[in-house]
Amino acid sequence: MASGTELTSNSYLQHHLQNLVFGKLPEGYERAGGHTLDHSSWTFAHSPQEALDMGFWSLNVDTMGWSIFLGIVFCFLFHRVAKKSQSGAPSGFTNLIEMIVEFVNKNVNDIMSVKNPLIGPLALTIFVWITLMNTMDIVPVDLLPLMAQFITGNEHLYFKVVPTTDPNITFGLSLGVFILIIYYSIKMKGVGGFVGELALQPFGKYMIPFNLILEGIGLLAKPVSLALRLFGNLYAGELIFLLIATLIGSALPFYMGTFFGGALQFVWAVFHILIVLLQAFVFMMLTIVYLSMAHEHH
Amino acid sequence: MNFNATLLGQLVTFAIFVWFTMKFVWPMLLKQMEERETRIADGLAAAEQGQKDFAEAKEKSAVEIEKGKEQAAKIISQAQKRHDEIVEEAKDDAKAEASRIKDSALSEIEQEKEKARQELRTQVAALAIAGAEQILMKEVDRAAHNDVLEKVSQQL
Repeated sequence: MASGTELTSNSYLQHHLQNLVFGKLPEGYERAGGHTLDHSSWTFAHSPQEALDMGFWSLNVDTMGWSIFLGIVFCFLFHRVAKKSQSGAPSGFTNLIEMIVEFVNKNVNDIMSVKNPLIGPLALTIFVWITLMNTMDIVPVDLLPLMAQFITGNEHLYFKVVPTTDPNITFGLSLGVFILIIYYSIKMKGVGGFVGELALQPFGKYMIPFNLILEGIGLLAKPVSLALRLFGNLYAGELIFLLIATLIGSALPFYMGTFFGGALQFVWAVFHILIVLLQAFVFMMLTIVYLSMAHEHH
Repeated sequence: MNFNATLLGQLVTFAIFVWFTMKFVWPMLLKQMEERETRIADGLAAAEQGQKDFAEAKEKSAVEIEKGKEQAAKIISQAQKRHDEIVEEAKDDAKAEASRIKDSALSEIEQEKEKARQELRTQVAALAIAGAEQILMKEVDRAAHNDVLEKVSQQL
C-alpha cells in the first residue's frame, strides 16, 4: 500500500491490477507526470493509460518474469530428481516428484489412444507450471509488491505477482496448445482430412458454410475457453484477496481491521488452494483431451 | 485486458520449457520409475520364492524327523528284542550249565555211591567171613569157600 492520504480502495485495487509494463512511448507523448517527451523512448509505464498507449510491442515485465522464474524452478527441481537416477527406495521430495509424474502419466495414458512422446512432458509442464504460477496467489497480496517497491525505492511501482491473472500468460499457454491441436490434426489426418472434418460435419456436404461456422467456432472456443477459464478463476481469486484487504482492512479501526482482514484472508487462502490445484488440473486434462481428439479420425 | 508482446513471450517460454521437460525430465523419470518397478517386482518374487523354499525345507525336515523317529523306534525295538534274546540265551545257557553241573554232580555222587558200595561190599565180605569164622569157630578154607562168599557179597 502506498503512502496514506490519496489512498482509496478504488485506487488501491487499480494499482494492484496494473502490470508493470515496459514499452516504447512515441515522441510528443504527455506522460502521467505532466511533462512531454522530446523524442520516443523505451520506458516503464507510469499509468494504465500509458501502458495501453504503448501498443502491442510492450512487455509485462512482472508477470513474464515470475512466469519464467517459476518455469525455471519447475525445470530445476524435476531435472535434479531425474538426474539423480536412483532406482532404490525413493525418499521425501523424490517421492513427491514421482507421484506427480505418475499421476500425469496415468491421465495421459487413460485419455490418449495414440502414443505420442510429446503429450506426457507437455501435460507435466502445464500442470506443474500452472500450479506454481497459481500458488503465487497464496502469497499475501501486498508482500511481494511492497518488497519490490522497497527494493526499487519507487512506492508507486506496479507489481503483479500472479502470472495467471494476466491474460497474456494464459492465452500464451492456450495458444501453444492451439498450435499443437492444428499441427497434430493436419499431421494425423492430412490437410484434406482436417478441412473435411471442419467443412463436412455435422450436416453433410450441402451445408458446408454452416458446418464451417459451427466447427470453426468449436475449434476456436478451445484455446479461448482454456485461457479464459484459468484467467477468470485466478483473477477473481486475486480480486477477492484485494477486496478483503481494502474493504475489511480500511473500513474497520486499525487493530480490528488487521485482525478480521487477516482471518478472512486466511480462510479465503485455504479455500483458494483448491482453485489453484483444480485449475491447473483442468487445464492439463483439457489439453490432453483436445490433443487426443486431434489424433483421432471422426 | 490489453494484449501485448507478453503473449508471444509466454508462448516461446512455454515451448522452451516443454522441450526441456521432453528432453531432460520426462524420459529419465519414467525410466527410473520403471526400473524401480521391475526391481520391486523382482524383489517380491524373490521373497515369495524364498518363502516357498523355506516352507518346502520345513516340510522336508519334518519328514526327515519323522523318518528319524521311526528309525530310532525301530532300533530301540530291535535292541529290546536282542536284549530279550540275550537274556533268554543266558537263561538257557545257565539252565544247561546248571543241569550239566547237576548231572556231573549226580554222576559223581553215583560213582561215590558205587565206590562206597564196593568198599562196603568188600568190607561186608570180610566182616561176614570174620563173623562166620567166629561163628564156626573153626578154620574155614578160604579157597574152598570162596565161591560161596563171592555169591553172598554179590547179593548185597
